Amino acid sequence: MVIYGVALLAFCMLVGIILGELLGRLIGIEANIGGIGIAMLLLIFLSNYLKKSFNLGEITERGIHFWSAIYIPIVVAMAAKQNVMGALDGGFIALLAGGIAVFLSFLLIPLLSKLGNK
Amino acid sequence: MNFLDLLESVLVKNGLITAFVFVGVVVWVSYFLSDKFSDGKFHGSAIAIMLGLVLAYLGGFITGGKNGLADITFFSGIGLLGGAMIRDFAIVATAYGVRLEELKKAGAAGILSLFIGVILSFFVGAVTAIAFGYSDAVSITTIGAGTVTFVVGPVTGSALNASSEVVALSIAAGLIKSILVMVTTPFVAKYVGLNNPRSAMIFGGLMGTNSGVAAGLAATDPKLVPYGAMTATFYTGLGCLMAPSLLYLAVTIFYV
Repeated sequence: MVIYGVALLAFCMLVGIILGELLGRLIGIEANIGGIGIAMLLLIFLSNYLKKSFNLGEITERGIHFWSAIYIPIVVAMAAKQNVMGALDGGFIALLAGGIAVFLSFLLIPLLSKLGNK
Repeated sequence: MNFLDLLESVLVKNGLITAFVFVGVVVWVSYFLSDKFSDGKFHGSAIAIMLGLVLAYLGGFITGGKNGLADITFFSGIGLLGGAMIRDFAIVATAYGVRLEELKKAGAAGILSLFIGVILSFFVGAVTAIAFGYSDAVSITTIGAGTVTFVVGPVTGSALNASSEVVALSIAAGLIKSILVMVTTPFVAKYVGLNNPRSAMIFGGLMGTNSGVAAGLAATDPKLVPYGAMTATFYTGLGCLMAPSLLYLAVTIFYV
């Protein structure tokens, strides 16, 4: 059933967010630390594990694949609701700080990729 | 009631559905432009994301609000479709099918990139603030934190009691970073070797902005999305942890 896939996905997300919130409280900050990342790890773990022990079934998988496939359109909607106006209103300091940070971060990708990748 | 009123009330009442149609049209137009003018070389999704940003600017220009196009009642459903809940749900879904071995291989580099990413962005923001004449530790730290992400800026600013002007500036710096990552990633990807799970995890850790990484990778290679998104999701938390504490203390060594 398609709903099994969607439910499994939703379950992973909720567990991840709860753990992320708890992690934040534990350290003493009002922020979710890696909740979505934890949810992803949980889904990866479950899907790797479930595949070995019993088959999730193609129709159940469809409930997950749909959301994965609709990802780009959701990102387009996300882009359309950004505060672009506010970003440009920040003036030169904001532009410079953000721009240099992105530029230097890009430069570091090849360096870090090489690190320990022999 | 004339037909236009009826149309408006239907579209607003069914906001999410309206958003589906709207995004579908934007994506279609984008892929059409991509095929027609670039033979598909210029990724359709990259065009769609840029179109989204341009429309967001127009939305902000028309309404003066903070949610881009979603502040126009007609398009309020975009706020829901593009909001954090649905976006994160889809991001988690992309993790399905990721192999554990890939994660293990890049795990250490991913974690290292998180720390380097937060410190580097903070440093750039702080130095820029100093260059523009800020000389109190609270303002320098808050602007540095905003350059980490636009969430870390206000969190740090309120922890340190920064002025609202500085907090607004820190949010703007984070937004600029996020938008630049969305727009430039597909162009820069091939020059920095962003074409495998390992470099995608490093990219997510260095940039950290969830929306920037999500959109940047989507426009580059959707297969890389889960790897980058995975590390990026820890970035804001790490930033909220480090900026008001360790990094603030580091700034106070030089400024009061």
